[in-house]
Amino acid sequence: MKVNQRQLKSKMKRILGRNGSDRGMLVSILQDTQAEFGYLSREAITEISKQLDVPLSQVYGVATFFKAFSLTPRGRHQVQVCLGTACHVRGAEKILDTVKRELGIKPGENDKGLNFSLETVNCVGACALGPIVIVDGKYSGEMKIEAVKPLLDGYK
Amino acid sequence: MPGESVSEGRTLKKLRSPRELEELRKTIVKEREVQKPSISVCAGTGCNTLGSGSVINAFRAELEKQELTSKVDLLASGCHGFCERGALVVISPQNIFYQRVREKDVSEIVTKTLIEGQVVEHLLYPDPVTGKRIAHEHEVPFYAKQKRLLLENNSRINPESIEDYLYFGGYVALAKVTSGITPEAVIEEIKTSGLRGRGGGGFPTGRKWETTRHAKGDVKYVICNCDEGDPGAYMDRSLMESNPHSVLEGMIIGAYAIGAHEGYIYIRNEYPLAVKNAATAIKLAEEYGLLGDNILGSGFDFHVKISRGGGAFVCGESTALMASLEGKVGEPRAKYVHTSEKGLWDKPSNLNNVETWANVPLIINNGAKWFVGIGTEGSKGTKIFSLVGKVRNTGLVEVPMGITLREIIFDIGGGIPGNKEFKAVQTGGPSGGFIPEKLLDLKVDFDELTRVGSMMGSGAMIVMDENNCMVDMAKYFITFLLGESCGKCLPCREGLKQMHYLLTRITDGKGTMADIELAESLSSTMLDTSLCGLGYSAPNPVLTSLRYFRDEWLAHVEEKRCPAKVCKELITYNITEKCPNCGLCVKACPEKAITPQGKKKPVLLDQKKCIKCGSCYDVCKLNAVQVK
Repeated sequence: MKVNQRQLKSKMKRILGRNGSDRGMLVSILQDTQAEFGYLSREAITEISKQLDVPLSQVYGVATFFKAFSLTPRGRHQVQVCLGTACHVRGAEKILDTVKRELGIKPGENDKGLNFSLETVNCVGACALGPIVIVDGKYSGEMKIEAVKPLLDGYK
Repeated sequence: MPGESVSEGRTLKKLRSPRELEELRKTIVKEREVQKPSISVCAGTGCNTLGSGSVINAFRAELEKQELTSKVDLLASGCHGFCERGALVVISPQNIFYQRVREKDVSEIVTKTLIEGQVVEHLLYPDPVTGKRIAHEHEVPFYAKQKRLLLENNSRINPESIEDYLYFGGYVALAKVTSGITPEAVIEEIKTSGLRGRGGGGFPTGRKWETTRHAKGDVKYVICNCDEGDPGAYMDRSLMESNPHSVLEGMIIGAYAIGAHEGYIYIRNEYPLAVKNAATAIKLAEEYGLLGDNILGSGFDFHVKISRGGGAFVCGESTALMASLEGKVGEPRAKYVHTSEKGLWDKPSNLNNVETWANVPLIINNGAKWFVGIGTEGSKGTKIFSLVGKVRNTGLVEVPMGITLREIIFDIGGGIPGNKEFKAVQTGGPSGGFIPEKLLDLKVDFDELTRVGSMMGSGAMIVMDENNCMVDMAKYFITFLLGESCGKCLPCREGLKQMHYLLTRITDGKGTMADIELAESLSSTMLDTSLCGLGYSAPNPVLTSLRYFRDEWLAHVEEKRCPAKVCKELITYNITEKCPNCGLCVKACPEKAITPQGKKKPVLLDQKKCIKCGSCYDVCKLNAVQVK
């Protein structure tokens, strides 16, 4: 998503305001920024650093420390495969292998047309229904290998 | 009965005394005197995944169609716990329990049960042993053996309604405390109750509060840890989503006892519903004067903010969590100075886990003596476990401390599905360990679990059967921790890397006895020298796997064989003579490695092309695919 500088500033102002421009809320601010733009751009991080009066290195450090943040644009649809323990004992690896094959990408990558991004997550707290695949926040439980293709085809 | 209608239309007025709170409660109780039949549909994350959202909508439409909207209460409730059987629906006052309800079943439930007063037989829970259908929630074995003190109200209240919480005695404990119990007496009560931290460490809660109260400084913080990065555990999520006021009430009481006026709830961003419901609870409690300035006219002020975590396991560690709250990288620090003296922003800080906070109002209401009566010598009260993995009845279970693992897994959990053998249960998450069959009669409490090499942790209980490889499981946890180590201290950062290397050699069939010995000695180094709990408990899965399942390790190393047939490098797939060429596996194979050989002849699997994905094995209905 291309955003011009003015739009970025006004959107960032809103996000910062919502979090009380509180530097203790840095993680929440980064989350809201990512939710707004799909990723954390250099411009957005610089703006946060300026407005909160926190060194750029610290904002960058936090943005790269937490798994949830991406510094590059991501695909239109976010595919997450849960690899939590409960999902693992019920064959989550095989599900992940199938998703990788279907999309032709590895976790952390986008597909060519920027339609899908693939990520693995450590646990989404729906353990009773593992293995779990989440597409754009929608959970699919008790996943089977043969159910992967139909699920993803729905987003193509 | 509780419902959505009552909270609407009342003009909010700040409550200025415990008496005003009681008056409000009386009004709510009176308004609900006429008990209407109610439909409680679980809207927790598990049931939601199974379509409870559309079930609720269908009920709403059906009630309207049948002109019953004003005569029946419809409740989108918190998590009922029996996630595997979702979507769950309970009809009161009869307490009829329907499971695996789908949108299409709704009109039948309304017509048959609500209008004609009969049960819908095919939606009742079938007893796994006798096959007999069970009509009532309290008779279902999954619930019958539990002691649901914390989870009890989940199915009765709408998490977004403070009045539902008040109806069931909410904020009584807060009123009791602020109207005449001294902070010291509150701490004494919690100490007497023997409550220990439910986040994993099991530290006595009352003692923690006391240290923070006595610490020097005017500004103090209380923090609720809802980071729950422990994979396989979701009890904190469920409590925060389903009954947020119970956690909040506990925090306010704690803040009063400690003398703190500011608090934080740290929730993982992966739990959006928990974030939403906690925020609503804070807003409503503030509007009613139960939170904020001059709580219930007592002169005590307390404010709470929500902070959302960024998905790092290490942030469940108290000092790392506090660093993250300060807007810094979530790295832990050495704890020779306790956080109760120097924590968040270097001020005395008291951090407790969600479940610990939720226990507080119960103790204040029922008394420490009552709480002491539940549980074992060293561990009082109940504990919520997430019973998951290879077990029939998966879900959240709350049991008294001291119950045996066998009772949890076989009586409540219904045993292992698919006629498979039980192999191990893993407790305590990545910091915990594996417990073998011979220890199934172990009484579950903090000390017993530690004695056998595992730990309570936050309460994940992952059951494994004969098809799970214990070397692979140890490697799984090490891989997990390798990704989650913050990298600050060397023993954890480099130790995990080397441990992962050793375990990969073993699962790849390249391991030697020397690798096992090295893994053991590396474990003791990490245990002794890591900076925080993540590092020094990281070897636990390896050590317990070696302690109880050494023969499996030896099979990998000496015979280059994976007995559970999991480790890809050590297995091959073969098609046996049984194969009648049905074609299912030919279609399923992603590498086109399987070719038909003519009518009724077994298909042929090209080993060179085979990537051992197991697709053929999974789709074959005739057991014609063999794994060696």
